[in-house]
Amino acid sequence: MTEGSNVGRSATLQPAPNVVEMRDIYKIYGSGATEVRALDGVSLSIRSGEFVAIMGPSGSGKSTCMNILGCLDVPTSGDYWFRGVEVGGLDRDELALLRRNFMGFVFQSFNLLPRTSALSNVELPLIYEGVRPARRHELAMQALATVGLADRAHATSAQLSGGQQQRVAIARALVTEPPVLLADEPTGNLDTVMAAEIMKELVSIREQKGITILMVTHEPDIARYADRVLFFTDGKLIRDGSLAEVIA
Amino acid sequence: MRVLDTLGLSVQAIARNKLRSFLTTLGIIIGVASVVAMVHLGQSATRSVTEQIASIGSNLLFVMPGTAQRGPGGLRTTAENFELADVEAILNEVDGILVAPALTTSATVVVGNANDTIPVIGTTNEYFSVRNHYLDYGREFEDGELSSGAAVCIIGKTLIEEMFLGHEALGANIRVGRTACRVIGVLEEKGESMGQDRDKTILMPVKAVQRRLVGELDVSAIYVSALADGTTGLVQEQIESLLRQRRTPVNGGVDDFYVRDTQDIAQALESTTNTLTILLGAIAAVSLLVGGIGIMNIMLVSVTERTREIGIRLAIGARARDVLTQFLVESIALSTLGGVIGLVIGVGGTWLVTWQLNMPFVISPTVMAVGFSFSVAIGIIFGYFPARKAAMLNPIDALRHE
Repeated sequence: MTEGSNVGRSATLQPAPNVVEMRDIYKIYGSGATEVRALDGVSLSIRSGEFVAIMGPSGSGKSTCMNILGCLDVPTSGDYWFRGVEVGGLDRDELALLRRNFMGFVFQSFNLLPRTSALSNVELPLIYEGVRPARRHELAMQALATVGLADRAHATSAQLSGGQQQRVAIARALVTEPPVLLADEPTGNLDTVMAAEIMKELVSIREQKGITILMVTHEPDIARYADRVLFFTDGKLIRDGSLAEVIA
Repeated sequence: MRVLDTLGLSVQAIARNKLRSFLTTLGIIIGVASVVAMVHLGQSATRSVTEQIASIGSNLLFVMPGTAQRGPGGLRTTAENFELADVEAILNEVDGILVAPALTTSATVVVGNANDTIPVIGTTNEYFSVRNHYLDYGREFEDGELSSGAAVCIIGKTLIEEMFLGHEALGANIRVGRTACRVIGVLEEKGESMGQDRDKTILMPVKAVQRRLVGELDVSAIYVSALADGTTGLVQEQIESLLRQRRTPVNGGVDDFYVRDTQDIAQALESTTNTLTILLGAIAAVSLLVGGIGIMNIMLVSVTERTREIGIRLAIGARARDVLTQFLVESIALSTLGGVIGLVIGVGGTWLVTWQLNMPFVISPTVMAVGFSFSVAIGIIFGYFPARKAAMLNPIDALRHE
């Protein structure tokens, strides 16, 4: 595995018509009578710069789809191109590099390291990139400032509110300046006021940086911040359009 | 990923769980400390034995009547004693030696109101250097006293302490058996050596003991000291062949005397203590192994407990090898820390015990290096499996782990 392969930074120079291109993706657990089709022949494409919400009832396959989109999981069959790279042909470490260089993750449960300062949490992805400590500190502080938490840099997760923790997580996701942000129910553990704040944060970041945002949610209130909604039921993508079209 | 950062991540993880980290290292601490202490104490015991042997007299040969063979037939005590002429012959025929005859008996010694049974050795002035036991004060035997068998004696420190009760010993008259005897010298303190109080003794001219105490004109042992190191073997052969000519074996062919080398005794004792050292070291090494298993156990628990953390790391771009290195470095750091603390405790313990038991304090860099390398090796060996388990986790399963 070399850094200069097709998953390195150099790939940004290649023409990338669509950030995401999925064709006939199946994710099947078990076999025979107990077979579960978490994804049942999903095809979709997402253009660079789009803000896409993935909706559906629980068990509809929206989270499975998100995990495959984020290269955290691999499909049973089907083709997936991320920025023109065929993901199916990559090994564990290549997938890790893809995530490191092109994706930022925000989770429902924040997933910050316990007993670790906000600053250290934000610095973590930079450590794996091999950025020197001084530069790392600078970038992490900038990212924390972007989400309005520069003054809480040395607080541990336990000393931060839920909204603040999620903003640290967003800073961590964005510190490497990835072109794609994947958010899995980012407001699921927050009250409505904080949820709205986080969503405004995401919208403003998208306007500033022009990044692509893929977000799983089951709340229409949250989905309305996106400009396109994908609606899943029983592992199938059944509707694709604006929130009004999908919910109608 | 930079090496320093890997180390930083591991140190952070160790610091986050101070108590557990300490308990993990405890096994290694105890293991290394016991290996280091046991082997050092063993070496110290060996040194102590060697020093005791040296205090008996180095390059010393005991020439005794009887056969050296034990077992069926037993030690022959019926063999005749030596004569002073044998001593003369040895002195004349064998080069590079000092010879002291000894006629050993025991006698009731009376000083004032005190009396005790004390070993009495009839000998010559060569005794002092041959047996490495010199005068503290007073004087040696004069030539006239030796040739006439005068009633003079040189006494050990125990007699002064137990029988003179503070009175001046030099020049005093004491009763040895039925002879009144004048004290002319006092031996230096030698302490206990191989279960024998060497200060509880009286030296008299050999002829005095022969005539006044025993009533026989013979000698029960001959002490020979080779002047040059490494010549005891040759000296022994020469004495043996000389005595074979001078004595007629009672029982065709079998020598009725034997020569015993202090070197032999030292070697026998040394090999005993060495065996003991190896045994103790091996037992201690087992405890080190158990410590290693302790590290593996805790690291496995730690991997399970931190599954979610590993998932987070994988999600934000850590490769399998980054996670592997982090956990491996963590266990190596723990075991190395344990090794260092164990070394300090082991050496400290050795010092304390040797100080308490009045043994020489021996420190061996080899033992310390081996103990330390073992602890590092254990960190690598027992850390690898849990680290691999962590690195092989599926990111999505790890993230979902509660």
